[in-house]
Amino acid sequence: MAAVPDMETPLDVPLLAVDDLQVSFFTRRGVVQAVRGASFTLDRGQTIGLVGESGSGKSVTSRAVMGLIELPGRIVAGDIRWKGKSLLGKDGHAYSDRIRGKEISIIFQDPMTSLNPLMKIGDQIGEVLGHHLGMDRSSADKRAVELLDLVGISFPRQRVKQYPYEFSGGMNQRVAIAMALASEPELLIADEPTTALDVTIQAQILELLQQLQTDLGLAVLLITHDLGVVAGLCQRLAVMYAGRIVETGQAEEIYSDPGHPYAWGLIGSTPRLDVVVPKLVSIAGAPPDLIRPPVGCAYAPRCPLAVELCEQVSPELIEHLPHRKVACHRAFDIRTVGAPVAAGS
Amino acid sequence: MRPSLPEADTEPLLRVEGLTVHFPVGRAGFWGRQKQVLHAVDGVTFDIKRGETLGLVGESGSGKSTTGRAILRKVPITAGSIVFKGQDITGVKGEELRQLRRHMQLVFQDPYGSLNPRMRVLDIVSEPLIVHGLEPNTEACSERVLDLLEIVGLPKDAADRYPHSFSGGQRQRVVIARALALRPDLIIADEPVSALDVSIQAQIVNLLADLQDEFGLTYLFIAHDLSVVRHLSDRIAVMYSGKLVELSDRDAIYDRPTHPYTEALLSSVPIPDPVLQRERRRVPLTGEIPNPISPPPGCRFHTRCPIVQDRCRSEEPPLEDKGAGSVAACWFR
Repeated sequence: MAAVPDMETPLDVPLLAVDDLQVSFFTRRGVVQAVRGASFTLDRGQTIGLVGESGSGKSVTSRAVMGLIELPGRIVAGDIRWKGKSLLGKDGHAYSDRIRGKEISIIFQDPMTSLNPLMKIGDQIGEVLGHHLGMDRSSADKRAVELLDLVGISFPRQRVKQYPYEFSGGMNQRVAIAMALASEPELLIADEPTTALDVTIQAQILELLQQLQTDLGLAVLLITHDLGVVAGLCQRLAVMYAGRIVETGQAEEIYSDPGHPYAWGLIGSTPRLDVVVPKLVSIAGAPPDLIRPPVGCAYAPRCPLAVELCEQVSPELIEHLPHRKVACHRAFDIRTVGAPVAAGS
Repeated sequence: MRPSLPEADTEPLLRVEGLTVHFPVGRAGFWGRQKQVLHAVDGVTFDIKRGETLGLVGESGSGKSTTGRAILRKVPITAGSIVFKGQDITGVKGEELRQLRRHMQLVFQDPYGSLNPRMRVLDIVSEPLIVHGLEPNTEACSERVLDLLEIVGLPKDAADRYPHSFSGGQRQRVVIARALALRPDLIIADEPVSALDVSIQAQIVNLLADLQDEFGLTYLFIAHDLSVVRHLSDRIAVMYSGKLVELSDRDAIYDRPTHPYTEALLSSVPIPDPVLQRERRRVPLTGEIPNPISPPPGCRFHTRCPIVQDRCRSEEPPLEDKGAGSVAACWFR
C-alpha cells in the first residue's frame, strides 16, 4: 500500500508544485479574486498545513488542485504541476483525469459530502476500488474490510454492510478517510477534516491521520483555520491572507518566530490551553473585500507596522531566512513588538 | 484574575439545584406503551457568584446548552430548582417571567440567525428597551442605543444600517449591545465566539472581558472550546452526558484535572505549539458518548473510563469536594 515513487519522475521534482495560482469567481457583484497568486511546493511524504481565516483562499487553493473549481469560479492564471507535469490547460486534461481522485484524494469537513446516504459503506469503498484499481467485486469487498480496519473501525466485516446513518460523525469521517485511501494516493488533501467534530473525536482522527501519514508515506496537504490542529500534524506551514501566501517555512520556526505581522497576530490571538495571558492579541478590523483588493499589501490596513510603502506596493514572497519565505516589506520587524505569546509553561 | 465586587452579599446571584430536563421522544414497546425520554440534563447543581464567570464545557450532547436554556426558563424543567437573586424562579409565569428575563440575557453562537435581517441596528438594539418600557422617549432611546454601540466598539453610522452590511464579528457586537441594553445582571453566552474567525474571536473575547470589568457583569459562558473558556472563566464546570462531572477553580482544573473525563478532554485539545504538541500524550478515550435515551447505570462515563472498576457500573458517584479547589464526581479520584 505504501506509495512507491515511480521511476519516470526524477526525485528532485516536487510531488506537487502550485505556481502563482490565481482563481477568480465571476459573480453578479463583481469579480472576486479569491486566490491572487499562491505558490508552494510539496515533496513526497511531506506534510504541509495551509492556514488562514475564512475567505483567505485556502480551500479554493486545495479545490483548484483537485480540479473542483466550478463556475462561476475559474483558474485565471498560474499552474499546478504534479510530478513536474501540468494538470491544467488542454494538454493537462487527460493527465489530470488519471491523477485526480487516484494519486491525489481529498477529505472534507463534513464526511457526508463524500458519502452516499443510500449506499452501503462497503459498496461505496468498492466503487473507488473498481474504478481506480480495476478490482472485481469479491476482491473489492475484501479490500473494503481491510481499509475499514486500517482506519480503526471495529467489526469491519459487519460494518461494511451498514449505511452512513448508522455511523456517528467521527466514524463517518473515518469511512471518508478509508475511501480516500482506497485508490492508494500519494497525496491526501484534508480540508478542515476535524472542524465539525468534538474535541475528543478530533484527537482520534488527527492521531489516525498522523499514523497513516507515517505508515503509508503519504504527503498531506492540511487545510485548517485552527493553529492547534496543524501544530501536531504538519512539518511545514503556509499562512494565507486575502488570497495570498504571506509566509511559509518549518512549522516550529513560524510558531516561535513569525516573520509576517499577520502570522504573529494569528498566533497571538489564539487562546491557549497551557498559557493564560492577561489579554489576547486582537487584530483590529476585518479582511479586505476581494472584489476590490487593495493595491498594496492586503494586510496593511490592519497591520501595526504598516508604512507608506505597504499601501502602495504589494510585497513579494521572498526567502528571508533559509527555507523561510515572507511576503512583507518589514519582514521580522514584528520581533521588536515581542513574542506573540509568553513561552510555554 | 478579574477584580471581584465587594463581598457585601454572599448570596450567589444564581443557584441551580438538582436541575433535571427530560424531553419526551416518542414511545416504544408493544403498542407504544413505554414512554421514552431523552435525559438532556440530570441533577445538575452549581451556583454563580456576582461578577463571576462560570465556564460550562462539554461535548455536543452533554446538556450544556439545555442547562443554559433551562435557567432562562426556555425549556420545561422536569425537576430541581433555580434561584436567581434570592428568588425561586423555577415556577414563575406570565408577567413575572417577562420581568425576570430583563435581568438575564442570552448571546447565541450564530450572529446571522439571531438578528432580524429586515430591522435596522437602531431598531434591533432599542427593541428590548421599548418592550420593557424603559425608554418611552424616542429621542432618549436612540441616544441610549448610540451609547451602547459605542460601548461594544461599533462605528457611529452602524445604527442606520441593516445586519447584512456587517461581518460576523460586528454582528456579534450588535447582539452584545442588544443584550446589554437592559443592564442585565446575568449574561448567558452560548458559544458566542465559535462561529468567528480566530482574530475576530479574540476581539469579542476581549470585549466580553472589558464589559465585565466595566459593568460588573456575571457570565455563564457555555462553550466547547476549552482554550477560550480557560481564558475567560473563574471557575469551570464540566458536563458529560447530562451530568456535571467536575466543577473546579480555573487553574485547578487545568493543572490538576480530577475527573478522568476532564483529564481526557483536556489532553485532547491541541496546543498551538508544534514542539509541545508533538510531545504531548493523549489520555486514550475510545468510543463515544452514550445514548441519552438509555444512559448507562452508575457513572455515565464508565463505558469509556480508563480507570473503571465494578462499583462505577452500578453506583453513581456523588459530586464531592476533592480538596484544592476541586469538586468532582468520581469514586476513585
